Amino acid sequence: MIWLDTLVQGILLGGLYALFAAGLSLVFGIMRLVNLAHGDLIILAAYLVLMGVTLLGLSPWIAALVAMPVMFALGWLLQTAVLNRVLGKDILPPLLVTFGLSVALQNGLLEAFSADSRRIPVGALEGASLDLGLVTVGIMPLMTFASAIVMIIALNALFYHTALGRAFRATSDDVVTAGLMGIEPKRIFAIATGIAMVVVTLAALYLGMRANFDPSIGPARLIYAFEAVIIGGLGSLWGTLAGGIIIGVAQTFGAALNPEWQILAGHIAFLAVMLLKPRGLFPRAVD
Amino acid sequence: MYRLTTRTRAGTVTAIIVPIFIVAALALPAVASRGVIQDLFFILTMLTLAQIWNLLAGYGGLVSVGQQAFVGIGAYAMFAGVILLGWNPVLAIPLGGLAALVLAVPTAFFAFRLQGAYFAIGTWVIAEVTRLLVAQWKALGGGTGTSLPREATSSILGTDAVRALFGVREAAARDVMAYWLALALLVAVTGGIYWLLRSRLGLALAAVRDNVDAAQSVGVDTGRLRWAVFLIAAAATGLTGALIFLQTARISPSAAFAVTDWTANVIFIVVIGGIGTIEGPILGVLVFFALRSALADYGSWYLMTLGLIAVVVMLFAPKGLWGLIASRKGLHLFPVRRRLTGPKIKGGI
Repeated sequence: MIWLDTLVQGILLGGLYALFAAGLSLVFGIMRLVNLAHGDLIILAAYLVLMGVTLLGLSPWIAALVAMPVMFALGWLLQTAVLNRVLGKDILPPLLVTFGLSVALQNGLLEAFSADSRRIPVGALEGASLDLGLVTVGIMPLMTFASAIVMIIALNALFYHTALGRAFRATSDDVVTAGLMGIEPKRIFAIATGIAMVVVTLAALYLGMRANFDPSIGPARLIYAFEAVIIGGLGSLWGTLAGGIIIGVAQTFGAALNPEWQILAGHIAFLAVMLLKPRGLFPRAVD
Repeated sequence: MYRLTTRTRAGTVTAIIVPIFIVAALALPAVASRGVIQDLFFILTMLTLAQIWNLLAGYGGLVSVGQQAFVGIGAYAMFAGVILLGWNPVLAIPLGGLAALVLAVPTAFFAFRLQGAYFAIGTWVIAEVTRLLVAQWKALGGGTGTSLPREATSSILGTDAVRALFGVREAAARDVMAYWLALALLVAVTGGIYWLLRSRLGLALAAVRDNVDAAQSVGVDTGRLRWAVFLIAAAATGLTGALIFLQTARISPSAAFAVTDWTANVIFIVVIGGIGTIEGPILGVLVFFALRSALADYGSWYLMTLGLIAVVVMLFAPKGLWGLIASRKGLHLFPVRRRLTGPKIKGGI
């Protein structure tokens, strides 16, 4: 039964990784931009939520709701003031700019919040669990997974059933033609990054409630997110969830064999998928 | 009557001044204090790493953020040569280059499957995997690391001669030895890159950078070119890593595979100085060292400032500080651009 338990824990962990990855996937899908500061932005959002809880006395859920528009504005501003200036055929400038931002953000957080690890307090929910007969699952992991699914449904609805989603897809397919049809790509990019930051806040909420975090853990979250996106195949959010689950399951099984192998097992699963299916499991986009 | 040349007047001046600089740098330990030699060792090794990364990203278009994999594996291979095989540390340095070259083959195999920007994170993943695997290597201290044994550090090749020459203590003599090796490595790497860029390979690199399709249509094998650049860069990075940890004489996975030290700082040096030029990293490392000394007491403010400066440079002067100078004065100290010289063509527009 221990193996079944490990499997279920791994799948639920995958939900968290899908939350990390969805924002990254969104931004890449629309503007072909890889944001190397993505992981550090997750940590920034986690500190924002934590401040809402500790300074304003809000519940974590309300704090996240308050943090979401703040992060949206931040994403919008980041795209308008910085990233739109460096987007172009050359991939070097956006990569280097986001890498510089990543290091600056990491050290800024370190200066502001110190290296102590923190956690968003959730009270009784933290250790609560649900007995499903064969396995017992934590309420928190279950909620993470459910949130990931709801978020993917919502993002897909946005993408395929709204005017904004049509503009996203049009810009993604062909920036110039979209511009001719009256879409302003730079404005679309700014909104997309804003939405990605809202998703990042949701990811940060669960990250902070489930485990300790500190300013240095951003890059590792970026790597998990990236692996989930690549395993799933570019352009498919359900694929990204599948990618997250594969990493999650690999990590929990690795940890079950030897605690030192947890992270390594996730990376090796990623490399194995790369070896067998270089374009990911469910590729949609051609690039 | 018409000739293709890369020669410029500033280039000729450089060719005269550089050897003078090298001789002066070789003689420096006779007068400089141990602290100065250690600072210079740091500058020389960072500059070497910066030149290599510049070859990768600036000329080869391969933006790797996983170069710490090769620094780390090079350093660990050198330690393995000393601790497990009983080699002299100086003779074990080439082992570092070899190990990095071997690691570069599977790394390139995986990372080249990732298109464009994803290549960057792909190299980072490989570096993480390498770090985690090396941390399992119990004979070299596992996750906590290990030090070079006392017998090995005291018998480093050449230290006795340095002691006799300058009349210094053993530890200082070791620093002088490491400094000379760093100088030799920097000259070899920079000279090698300069030569490479002026060779057929460099011409192919420039062609690919300017227009991939046009380059392929005249027979440039872009796949082979990327492999060549990546493997050369990996081996050189491994040698540098081995040398850096020969000087510190202590290693741990988190230090040897540190993304901040061996990749972030290096990228900032290249970006601030000017990507895609040999002069850029030289200027960049001086700015970097000045900032580091000025902000040494302010902890993480220093890295934050460096990151923000790199962002600002990328936004407003994408060719870096050297780019600003070169575009105003038309100065090229290490000319690699091929120009046509000969009598002026009459008429025309």
